[in-house]
Amino acid sequence: MTAYDEMRTAAGAVRPAYSLLSNWLGTVPKDVLDYRRREAEFIFRRIGITFAVYGDAAAQERLIPFDIIPRILTQREWDRLTRGLIQRVKAINAFIGDIYGKREILSAGIVPEELIYRNPVFRPEMNGKPVPHDLYVMIAGIDVVRVDENDFYVLEDNARTPSGVSYMLENREIMLRLFPELFIDHPVAPVDNYPDELLATLKSVAPLTASGEPTVVLLTPGIHNSAYFEHSFLADKLGVELVEGRDLFVKNGVVWMRTTEGPKRVDVIYRRIDDDFLDPLVFRPDSELGVPGLMSAYQSGNVTLANAVGTGIADDKAVYSYMPEIMKFYLGEEPLLKNVPTWRCREPDHLSYVLDRLDELVVKEVHGSGGYGMLIGPAADKNTLDLFRVKLKHDPSNFIAQPTLALSTCPTFVEQGIAPRHVDLRPFVLTGRDKVRIVPGGLTRVALKNGSLVVNSSQGGGTKDTWVLDR
Amino acid sequence: MLSRTADNLYWLSRYVERAECLARILDVASRLASLPAAYGGSTNEWESAVATAGCVDAFAAAHGEANEKTVTEFLAFSPDNPSSIRNCLEIARTNARSVRTALTVEMWDAINGAWHDLNSFDARGMSREEFARFLGFVKEASLRFDGSAYRTMLRNDAYWFSRLGVYVERADATARILDVKYHVLLPEKERVGGPLDYFQWASILRSVSALTSYHWVYRESVKPWLVADLLILNRQMPHSLASCYENISRYLDDLAAFYGRQGNSQRIARTTLTKLSNARMEQIFQSGLHEFINNFVADNNRLSAAVAEQYLV
Repeated sequence: MTAYDEMRTAAGAVRPAYSLLSNWLGTVPKDVLDYRRREAEFIFRRIGITFAVYGDAAAQERLIPFDIIPRILTQREWDRLTRGLIQRVKAINAFIGDIYGKREILSAGIVPEELIYRNPVFRPEMNGKPVPHDLYVMIAGIDVVRVDENDFYVLEDNARTPSGVSYMLENREIMLRLFPELFIDHPVAPVDNYPDELLATLKSVAPLTASGEPTVVLLTPGIHNSAYFEHSFLADKLGVELVEGRDLFVKNGVVWMRTTEGPKRVDVIYRRIDDDFLDPLVFRPDSELGVPGLMSAYQSGNVTLANAVGTGIADDKAVYSYMPEIMKFYLGEEPLLKNVPTWRCREPDHLSYVLDRLDELVVKEVHGSGGYGMLIGPAADKNTLDLFRVKLKHDPSNFIAQPTLALSTCPTFVEQGIAPRHVDLRPFVLTGRDKVRIVPGGLTRVALKNGSLVVNSSQGGGTKDTWVLDR
Repeated sequence: MLSRTADNLYWLSRYVERAECLARILDVASRLASLPAAYGGSTNEWESAVATAGCVDAFAAAHGEANEKTVTEFLAFSPDNPSSIRNCLEIARTNARSVRTALTVEMWDAINGAWHDLNSFDARGMSREEFARFLGFVKEASLRFDGSAYRTMLRNDAYWFSRLGVYVERADATARILDVKYHVLLPEKERVGGPLDYFQWASILRSVSALTSYHWVYRESVKPWLVADLLILNRQMPHSLASCYENISRYLDDLAAFYGRQGNSQRIARTTLTKLSNARMEQIFQSGLHEFINNFVADNNRLSAAVAEQYLV
């Protein structure tokens, strides 16, 4: 399986967008690259960009490897991608609103009812409850991959609490610091206005009862969360308070935060904490991370949660397989970004197909994330395949399967030198009451191991700076 | 500002200041303990280091005898001593992580860098020379953190809470040094300072980094009552109780003006400052140095509780 390389054509010619970078890579000595890579690592560690790996007590604070060779997209590629992203997120919002509203898509028989009603991330508490400005997903991270010159596939929609945007911002900062000369030759579209765009988005969705200048906070589970660095980083850039559940309380249907000057009203909560932990009175009673009464304030329309509660039904991997139909249903349009063909193991004929070709397919848990609990057929040994066969037969509806895509590759600085490695891309789509905002760039994740297709940081993936050329 | 943020800032500064204070205590103890026996007398410097650090009971529970090995291990590195230097820096850094957004990059860099460097020191089998380097590292980490705060923070409530932490902790540390050593400062013995006394007095000055300052202020040989004056009443001396309270009172007033509201902590700070401003050393010696110090410690604790109640919960 030969993958599409973003720098070179199959014949070995350098694509125009990469020509300057390729020249530069040809002249810069390896030890200079090596030195700057180590410098980058040092800076990352000093500023504390680390993440925790679940189940890995020894390495509680680990660094995501950073690759110093940027990934380049042309303006044309980016424009096409942007149109597809806007379309997709629009459909996702319409779908969630419909599911917690009239349920027309279920009546029309397009998405099977039990896929929603028996879905653990479906929140009956949201049935018939309006949300401010009918927006559910204000911050989306859509994972896309390329397989050829023209096509982007959506691999996964992240409609709950997508993370990674701090890497987009910090990777750019580091590149500007380490390789200023590259930015003189390349017209790279800036990304550092992301926090401004995010704040504008969050303020635009404040409830109507909020005062003229709404108070926005970022709700984090706390310093033990794997994405805590990002939470504090974003709160800082946004200029909003980084709160934990214990800093908030609810009184008379309104959310307040405890400050040195007494209680202060909160209008918009950018929450980076899962539904399950939001409010112990409604969801998990043992949660100490949430705020008792938050859901009642939310349902009274006195506070906006971004994203809304119950958006998980839109990024469920089984629902994913219906996205083309969902988009046609709400927008009457053909999807601009493709869906990866997906077999739903809950359907018997799909299951038997998957079992027959297990060694060719990628199998994912319907609610999995972070690359945990995933099978890559072509790379798996016999024991793993057998294990997954048992799992699939035991609980088929928990799995989907997809063909193993040949993700595109980008030049990457690895031990052996510069070599192509597989990448994906997570751009961030901000949807406000007024408009949709997308910063030109995103988080490029790269599988550092030769041949590996798994880009997740928890599985040894790294990141790259993503350049959209403004010309 | 969030109460929790204020609380974290306050304690972050307290723990960094405490780490530095412990480093100075250990420095002084090593210095006294390394004097020839003839100059060292019968006092056990390691015991008094434990007392000055305020952890006599915890130490007794963990170790039997106080000697160089047990005390340096306990005060500098022990994971079981909540106030060991290691734990102070650890807690400070945890607090800093929780309030990253309220810190400047320079402050975060100082504390996070110190925390990373801390792990490069291997506590086991550390030579005296390495240990001295370790203490130097702790003092520098504190200076860097403090300097970063001073030079880079906005002058708003975050800064004032952070400063309050420094001075409340420092007042407490100076008071504990006085409490442990008060008997060598009493003037009535009127000893012509023998070599032992000189080293004791000098060590007190060193433990608040004021040996040189002493000579500049008094232009005299080291006299115990002047040492007491310097540590308690002299406002020129940054570690004196009076100077600490001048600062505490000032930052609490800044907070009150900023928030437009006064409270208990402002009243207590002002009363304590007035007491220190009106006091004369002769009076203090007359009515009892030890009692004076005890009262001060109680006042300082009341202040700390009032700050917590007014702002931090």
